Amino acid sequence: MANVALTGLKKSYGPVDVIKGVDIAIEDGEFVVFVGPSGCGKSTLLRMIAGLEDISGGTLSIGGRVVNDVPPKDRRIAMVFQSYAIFPHMTVRENVAFGLTIAKMPKKEKEAKVAEAARILQMEHLLDRRPSQLSGGQRQRVAIGRAIVREPAVFLFDEPLSNLDAALRVDMRMELAKLHQDLKATMIYVTHDQVEAMTLADKIVVLNAGVVQQVGTPLELYHSPANLFVAGFIGSPKMNLLPVTVEGVTSSSVTVGSPDLGVAMLPFRPGAVVVGDQVTLGVRPHMLGLGAGTRLPGAVQLVERLGNETIAMLRLKSGQEITAALGGDQPIRVGDRIDPGFAPTAAALFDTAGIALTRA
Amino acid sequence: MAMISGDTHRLRLIVRYTILGLIAVMFVFPLVFMIVSSFKPDLQLLTDTGSLRAFLPVGDISVNNYLAAFRRAPVGLFIFNSVVVTGVTVVLSLLVCSAAAFAFVFVEWRGRDLILTIILATLIVPFETIAIPLLLLASKLPWIGAEGLTFGWLNSYRVQIVPFVADGLAIFLFVQYFKDLPGELIEAARVEGASWGQIYRKVVMPLAGPVLATVAILKFLAMYNQYLWPLMVVQEETYRPVMVGLQYFFQLNRAWGEIMAYLSLITVPVLVFYLVLQRAFIASIASTGVKG
Repeated sequence: MANVALTGLKKSYGPVDVIKGVDIAIEDGEFVVFVGPSGCGKSTLLRMIAGLEDISGGTLSIGGRVVNDVPPKDRRIAMVFQSYAIFPHMTVRENVAFGLTIAKMPKKEKEAKVAEAARILQMEHLLDRRPSQLSGGQRQRVAIGRAIVREPAVFLFDEPLSNLDAALRVDMRMELAKLHQDLKATMIYVTHDQVEAMTLADKIVVLNAGVVQQVGTPLELYHSPANLFVAGFIGSPKMNLLPVTVEGVTSSSVTVGSPDLGVAMLPFRPGAVVVGDQVTLGVRPHMLGLGAGTRLPGAVQLVERLGNETIAMLRLKSGQEITAALGGDQPIRVGDRIDPGFAPTAAALFDTAGIALTRA
Repeated sequence: MAMISGDTHRLRLIVRYTILGLIAVMFVFPLVFMIVSSFKPDLQLLTDTGSLRAFLPVGDISVNNYLAAFRRAPVGLFIFNSVVVTGVTVVLSLLVCSAAAFAFVFVEWRGRDLILTIILATLIVPFETIAIPLLLLASKLPWIGAEGLTFGWLNSYRVQIVPFVADGLAIFLFVQYFKDLPGELIEAARVEGASWGQIYRKVVMPLAGPVLATVAILKFLAMYNQYLWPLMVVQEETYRPVMVGLQYFFQLNRAWGEIMAYLSLITVPVLVFYLVLQRAFIASIASTGVKG
């Protein structure tokens, strides 16, 4: 097992910089998820850690050893690909044992390891089949099995669940979480699915355009997004972002106002924010409740009933639309006027540059 | 939805198979003519060409032409020479061209694209234009054999094999096929610790069945039909291949029956080879869009 450290890591293709100086410290045994929209560089970063992409600048170390110029096979990593990448001409057994065969491991030892991996992944009955005879989920298991047997220091997963159907994805997600508990190995996982990120990660790295936006635990990212990008990216439904004007500041509060909100005093340190600044108020749909706190009155445009909660889309006085996730089965209808409210301590406030203010 | 009755269905099948059958017959006619004629004496053979009898084993049928062919030329030796030259070239060509294509597709190195372009450019150079310089070269090349260091490769198997091992068309076909293999398979093998050699042997080649069959057949036909080059570089009977051997039958007294017997004999290896690889060949023609 090993820690992984990315220091000022850069990647350019000719004049185009795709990874622009990334610093991340991953502890031994941690499950870290790289998340971000398509093209943000998360897969490139993973492939750089794997050794499949050259590093243009900075250093990458695994287990305290700088591995910038070490070939993939000598980095003590194993990788699970989105397309599974299992060899179609080999049986499951041969696929799982591939790395061990290459390493010329004695047959007996190899068979024991394959059997153990098959037991962990419950695929003993599949060992003599060919990949073409397996379902998507089973193929994914084979790919994971191939990674497990080599006992790598670091597991790398590149969107491993995105080719699976929704139900299977939930199952495999739980299995991966369990696998991490059992193996206690360092795992780095790339996804664009924030639910996967939130449920699996010890630590999430949010990337956008080759730059790390925020590193933190899932709940840190959810409750205290560092900037507007993270606020909009993490959480479902998305955080409501409302333009407001600063009307007053003290050392421990910022008073903001807008036609929708009226005037509200929020417990934030103002930093560089001054009266008159156009800032952004962030309120999570789940922080809105009927009959409490600072009100955001509006007309109901759409209602989605999920049983355990009711998602309502409201149009505010200014014409802006917001989403409110109301607990339980609320008897509201399209056209109703409601005024859900939020606790000022649960809101987020972003300055003119989109950077979050710290709570007082 | 209207059901197609059993009778209509049967009629369609009959029409379809009749058309396919006629096309097949058209392609088989020359072969049948050749084989049937090889059993007829010259006079009858020429008379029969005026009627359908040309395709029927009728009249004075015997194996005399075959016996005469064997008396006139060392047919067995020629077929042996051709099979050796063709077989060795095909095997070496599959190895060399697939390895070259592997390096062009999967390994990154400086100048890769330029060299591939140059190799592909050789496809448009007709062999006839380089035949003379190649002959000059072959006549001076050194060789270390049983007699120590000698110069000049003329009159040997190697002069018929080596120039044709590396083949632009074969490399092109392998490159196209390898490009379609999922890149993640190669990356997975790299992460698992496989060297380039191991990836070539254990991952890429086992998946290259269809393109191997295509290249093998195209190369086999080209090599087996070689005429100009062996005519230039082989003066001794010992290394002469079948196509050059045909000259033996176009001397003063031209015996058509013997020619047909000889042609029938030298067609046998081609047919055997094709039948063995037929399925893979058709599959790969369908997938690469390359015409044979």
